[in-house]
Amino acid sequence: MNEINANPRPDRFYEVAAFTGTNAVERPIPAIERLWNRGWLRKLLILVVLAGIWELYGQWSDNSLLFPSFSDTMAAFWENIANGKLPARALASVQVLLLGYALGTLLATVLSVLAITTRIGNDFLETLTSMFNPLPAIALLPLALLWFGLGNGSLIFVLVHSVLWVVALNMHAGFLGVSQTLRMVGRNYGLGSLSYVVKILVPAAFPSILTGLKVGWAFAWRTLIAAELVFGVSSGKGGLGWFIFENKNQLEIPSVFAGLLSVILIGLAMENLVFRTIERRTVRKWGMQH
Amino acid sequence: MSEALLNVQGVTLQYKTTERVVTATHQVSFGVQKSDRFVLLGPSGCGKSSLLKAVGGYLPTTEGEITLKGRAVTGPGPDRMMVFQEFDQLLPWKTVAQNVVFPLLATGKLGRAEAQQKARHYIDKVGLSRFADSYPHTLSGGMKQRVAIARGMAMEPEILLMDEPFAALDALTRRSMQDELLRLWDDTKFTVLFVTHSINEAIRIGTRILLLSPHPGQVRAEMNSTTDLSRQAALEDQIHGLLFGEGHH
Repeated sequence: MNEINANPRPDRFYEVAAFTGTNAVERPIPAIERLWNRGWLRKLLILVVLAGIWELYGQWSDNSLLFPSFSDTMAAFWENIANGKLPARALASVQVLLLGYALGTLLATVLSVLAITTRIGNDFLETLTSMFNPLPAIALLPLALLWFGLGNGSLIFVLVHSVLWVVALNMHAGFLGVSQTLRMVGRNYGLGSLSYVVKILVPAAFPSILTGLKVGWAFAWRTLIAAELVFGVSSGKGGLGWFIFENKNQLEIPSVFAGLLSVILIGLAMENLVFRTIERRTVRKWGMQH
Repeated sequence: MSEALLNVQGVTLQYKTTERVVTATHQVSFGVQKSDRFVLLGPSGCGKSSLLKAVGGYLPTTEGEITLKGRAVTGPGPDRMMVFQEFDQLLPWKTVAQNVVFPLLATGKLGRAEAQQKARHYIDKVGLSRFADSYPHTLSGGMKQRVAIARGMAMEPEILLMDEPFAALDALTRRSMQDELLRLWDDTKFTVLFVTHSINEAIRIGTRILLLSPHPGQVRAEMNSTTDLSRQAALEDQIHGLLFGEGHH
């Protein structure tokens, strides 16, 4: 049975020398390819192309009342920045936004920590999120106006509502998704329940938490601009939403576009500077996200 | 038996699912003495991992008692450091060194400087000094398990609990990790309770082997291992016979 191979082959051994082939083990990538590997450069290119299309369409339609071109918008944008209007409005919006966002995130943290540590807290969070998460923040605005009057109180109320549920939902999902092994490792160290949450659960659930924070930020920004459009009217120093509304009333359409552009720019800056940096320093560095 | 470090006395473990109660082990008793390399061996379904989790304090006993140095085990604690099979047991947001330092600090066992020194010492022992500042996701499976072992040993627990720590490794790495564990044991003579389903690994690693039969887990035998290579094959056959019926001698 074992005689199939008529030509027995001897054992062979080789010396493995240091690798000195023409193709080295590592070699640099060409400059063009390295440039193209930069995410921000590719995105900038997309923005430039979009602005180009916008400009062409604006020139072609030649109706600056309905659709101002990119250059008209930029002119209005610079003008409003130069006269200080746009920065003041943007600052007013961002201040309210940060306050509401921070408050909403804080509440979300408290709720989801309660939910992960107690069963009744879990039921509470699940019931509340399924009730309130689908409810648009703007729908609460009439009530908010009744309770808090015209002003920042109402804005913060609807902001908290728009941030709280989505952040809590993501945080809770993140906590639940922490692997059994990591939980057991944490408990092995005999940590108290609070330091267990802070030192094990929060970092382990960080990808989900970060997603929640990003979505929460977008929700808050939308809600704020929409709410300002509705009732920025009476408060003396309105935000960006009110800036847009005001200029529409005065048929300053390039300024309306400039206002929208600022909303977009602040969103882009937040996403690309703040959240991207957090991502790079945490979940990417830790290999939890690629 | 009385001077055993860890005493497991008539322990029955049961899992409750929503529909039924499953008995994992039935009245299992054994004692682990200081510097034992005690192996729980058996096929899947013999409750060996459940037993280890019960010793770890993660699983309450339905019947019987587990005592460590005379004190009843009631919950997880750093005197019983656990090394798991899964590669994700390292905290991914901490470097290798930070992973080893963290339990030393979190339990208040050592101050920062001492903890760092101890961590360096044990990372060096498992041969990962070069990777002390690397994050776990950049390491291979075998390296991750080495870090987990270093982390467990640095705490200098009463007993180190190892739940099939090499089962997810490739055969070559597995073999070298077994040798490394024995080398580490030669240095410090730590007490270890080791779970495996590999007869060969049990004989190589263990000084004493507890053989469990499945469904539910019951003690089939408790026997000494051997370092005598010529006797190992016979022992392997004998264990195989005990586990899978006679007619194999």
